[in-house]
Amino acid sequence: MSVTGPSILFTIPILGGIDITETILNGWLVVLIVLALSLFLTHNLKTKNPSKRQLVAEKIYSMLCNMVRGNMGERYVSFTPYIGALFGYSIFGSLLGLVGLRAVTADMSTTVGMALVTFFMIEINNIYHNGVGGWIKSFTEPVAIITPINIISEVANVISMSFRHFGNIVAGVIISDMVYWALANFSSFVLGWIPSTAIASIPIFQIGIPAVLSIYFDLFSSFLQAYIISMLTMVNVSRVTEA
Amino acid sequence: MDAMLAKAIVMAGSAVGAGLAMIAGIGPGIGQGFAAGKAAEAVGRQPEAKSDVTSTMLFGDAVAESTGIYGLVIALLLLYANPFVSQL
Repeated sequence: MSVTGPSILFTIPILGGIDITETILNGWLVVLIVLALSLFLTHNLKTKNPSKRQLVAEKIYSMLCNMVRGNMGERYVSFTPYIGALFGYSIFGSLLGLVGLRAVTADMSTTVGMALVTFFMIEINNIYHNGVGGWIKSFTEPVAIITPINIISEVANVISMSFRHFGNIVAGVIISDMVYWALANFSSFVLGWIPSTAIASIPIFQIGIPAVLSIYFDLFSSFLQAYIISMLTMVNVSRVTEA
Repeated sequence: MDAMLAKAIVMAGSAVGAGLAMIAGIGPGIGQGFAAGKAAEAVGRQPEAKSDVTSTMLFGDAVAESTGIYGLVIALLLLYANPFVSQL
């Protein structure tokens, strides 16, 4: 058994070599999946006699809209596309593990990227609403001496958001690998008495048992982490105007 | 021989460190159990608010989990991407 990071598929020989990893390839695959799904759900919309496809699209959109409205307030409804894109990328990136590809979010680069976009969104939204002076002043609340701690806590936000998502997904990947390895060893131990090596080498216990783990680690964890990262983004972005 | 001994010491220390880092799992375990217990109480008192209570609990759990996740990331670094072995 070996646990590795995303493998490098090939290297583009410019600027000292740019490595194209599995994560980048699967990331573009996720973008294509989300794009294809959106196009499929939203083409040929009608106001009368809507199709089932249109009803699904409307349901998804109204759920997203209600989530944004409930957590950020009426004036942030324009953030819905960004929250939807973040949710979609995160969930399809994690669910790639179900079809045997490497999950996009099991790479620190992806989650740090998502957390950095949120970080800049928080700061730019703060400057937009309070001005540059108000933005600098917001670090000195409630007293000026606490400024370094406030700056550290802003930066720690990025680390905590990215580590949480990465840690949850990669823990699932590693534990699934370990269970497959243990079940293969267990089957060869149990079937070891059979003289024919062809039959004895069939990892019979790998059938079915890992599926139970997969329900938790791949389905539940992916949904939960996508929900958490979009929820934290909404809470943190809308927090600045309440203060 | 010295280089091998040094590498062995570093690797043993890293393995022990990875194990120690996972002690961080205790805190989220206690905290999430506490939150789940309180959520069960709340659902018992107000069964009609079950979906709200559940989503709030899951959100709180996921945030409380981050300290445990930090420990896990440190343990993974020590086991699979050890920064000390490459310095020898």
